[in-house]
Amino acid sequence: MARKNEVISMLLAGGQGSRLGILTHKIAKPAVPFGGKYRIIDFPLSNCVNSGIYTVGVLTQYQPLELNDYVGNGEPWDLDRSDGGVHILSPYQQIEGTDWYKGTANAIYQNIHFIDKYDPDYVVVLSGDHIYKMDYADMLAYHKKQEAACTIAMREVEWKEASRFGLMLVNEDGTISEFEEKPANPRSNKASMGIYIFTWSKLREYLIADENDPESSNDFGHNVIPAMHEAGEKMVAYQFDGYWRDVGTIESLWEANMDILSPASGINLNDPNWKIYARSPSAAPQYIADSAEVSNSMVTEGCSVEGKVDFSVLFPNAEVEEGANVKYSIVMPGAVVKKGATVQYAIVAEGAVIEEGAKVGAGPDVTDPDEWGVAVIGEKVVVGKDATVPANVMVNENVEEGTNYESK
Amino acid sequence: MRANNVLGIIHSQAFDSNIQELTSVRTMASVPFGCRYRFIDFPLSNMVNAGISEVGIITKENYQSLMDHIGSGKPWDLARKREGLYILPPYNTSIASAAGQRNRIEAIYSNMDFLRHSRHEYVVITDSNSVYNFDFNDLFAYHTEQEADITIAYKHGKVPKLDNMQILTLDENKRVTEVAVDNFEEGEVDYSFNIFVLRKSLLEYLIKNAIAHNGTSFAKDVIQPNTANLKIVGYEIPGFAAMVDSLKTYYNVSMDLLAPENRKALLNPKNPIATKIADNVPSLYGENSKTGNSLIADGCTIEGTVENSLLFRGVVVEKGAVVKNSILMQGTIISANAKVDSIITDKNVTISPNRNLSGDPSYPIYFTKNIVV
Repeated sequence: MARKNEVISMLLAGGQGSRLGILTHKIAKPAVPFGGKYRIIDFPLSNCVNSGIYTVGVLTQYQPLELNDYVGNGEPWDLDRSDGGVHILSPYQQIEGTDWYKGTANAIYQNIHFIDKYDPDYVVVLSGDHIYKMDYADMLAYHKKQEAACTIAMREVEWKEASRFGLMLVNEDGTISEFEEKPANPRSNKASMGIYIFTWSKLREYLIADENDPESSNDFGHNVIPAMHEAGEKMVAYQFDGYWRDVGTIESLWEANMDILSPASGINLNDPNWKIYARSPSAAPQYIADSAEVSNSMVTEGCSVEGKVDFSVLFPNAEVEEGANVKYSIVMPGAVVKKGATVQYAIVAEGAVIEEGAKVGAGPDVTDPDEWGVAVIGEKVVVGKDATVPANVMVNENVEEGTNYESK
Repeated sequence: MRANNVLGIIHSQAFDSNIQELTSVRTMASVPFGCRYRFIDFPLSNMVNAGISEVGIITKENYQSLMDHIGSGKPWDLARKREGLYILPPYNTSIASAAGQRNRIEAIYSNMDFLRHSRHEYVVITDSNSVYNFDFNDLFAYHTEQEADITIAYKHGKVPKLDNMQILTLDENKRVTEVAVDNFEEGEVDYSFNIFVLRKSLLEYLIKNAIAHNGTSFAKDVIQPNTANLKIVGYEIPGFAAMVDSLKTYYNVSMDLLAPENRKALLNPKNPIATKIADNVPSLYGENSKTGNSLIADGCTIEGTVENSLLFRGVVVEKGAVVKNSILMQGTIISANAKVDSIITDKNVTISPNRNLSGDPSYPIYFTKNIVV
């Protein structure tokens, strides 16, 4: 029997992240590389540890191999503990049959016994696809002060974007009077961030009821939260004004990477009081050659730069050869941009090779604005010598030497 | 013999007095090197990469920073239930008191219990003032093949200016026929890298014997007199290997890493040199930064100009600052418009704005830890 924990976290990391296309063909979304040496999951995991939460269940389902490998025993986050620590929770066979996680609520429901083991008073439910630094202890203090059954982290978004979010109408005392899911005509600009704190005894009750409801899609946002609200439980909103990005799409992933290059964006990764921890490969220091020009960029261990890099993020062991030009791009671990190649407004995934003289991506200025988008080169894809890949495509197969890639 | 039958012994303190600048606050083993490493990382990683699973690090004084760096041994996969890493603090015996642990013989003698308890049949002994990356298994295979009693890894070149350096005379079969100690010949010779392979039982015997005869020098009282009655052979270290005997060679060896062939040999990703994980952010290169021919660790912020230099973790080069031919250790700040050339800064040195400081590559200026210039 584990010792009682006042609060534990459950991190929903099972989603496919289909909007990230080929970047999540082989890995779950939370395992997608971010910010030079991190993966998306490092943010919620580091937040937990920095908030003093040392018991974290990571719910995985889709392509869990790399994610499980990455989280491992939790040592990089100080989550290798004899009491608590990080636990990977995958769906499993049970006496009455086997179920995949049918929805976010069902994923937690299937792990009620895991949570019960720690006998917590509160459970923090987190998503694995957000980039932000947040002290959950502050949010928990607010939850306790309000004596709420459920506290939902909320931020004010631009009115014109509000209809893309799950919105909340909030009273002056912080209680939530109404929910609106992606309404056409928003009455509020207070959006849910997908970060919840529940009083466990309450949540437990509603999870069981939800499971017994054959009509339910077993989802927090669609079923459990509305059910609690309708039953008159105290639901409060906790306003968070810091940097927060959902990186569920190619554009938002690219933008959030660009954000870390800009001090004005509000996300500072170089904060000794709120470190983001990661499982780092052991690599040599980065080498910047005489021929290199590096500016407005982040470069990390194991990289070798001989060419030009501007407004870009280079991951461990990425290489940019002489005469190559990389701008407004993300070059993931071990990817190579060879001599004279140009990569702009692009995401080059792990181990991809851009051969000599190839051109990948295009700027919004030279493309029809409606057609423009970030070009994505998939894992281990080779873009042949002098080949061209236009903007706004996802390339998941090798591109032959000298050809123009056309999306099918 | 196989690596899993070899115990590693590392002297962490030898030659501290030769680079007093860098060792005034730490022991030789924890002297920072190559942007993100400490000297101890090299013998330790070479041992672990070969499959050695038990390593003892002999300490004498000033070893707090070494303990901080080594921790449980996790980065080298030596945090183990069985065996793993042992820090051997100074230990008083009737013969070798902590203060009197004056030499390698006494250092090993005071850790005889550790040797005795190890289940391994062989030992490999190293110092921690040199950098190299080669397969210790080749060294062990050579030892077996030669049916040697002692194998000494050596290098051909000018002898470092250190005490007790052994110049080896090798016959055509690489057997050591003569050892000259502290003979600083000008020319190039074969000199011992102070890496020794031998049976543990032989080491125990030799050390006890040396103590019984008031021996004080491993080179003069253990190796030198035994060339006739023991089969001592030399093994030439392949690839890049360098020993540091002064602040100047520290500077030169560091700068050698800027050459791609040296870097690839020493920091070969196939045999990685492991070090303590620091969780720094990637380095940020600002708008008007210019960086050329330099090695940079993570956590740096570069807004000025950096040329032919090595930057350790968390170094800041502010706008308009110019850094040339320098080694800047962790947390150094070169303030706006300051210009530095051929300097070595220890940890957390701050060079104030507009200062102009230059040494010469043949005589770099050293700035001690935590000072503000």
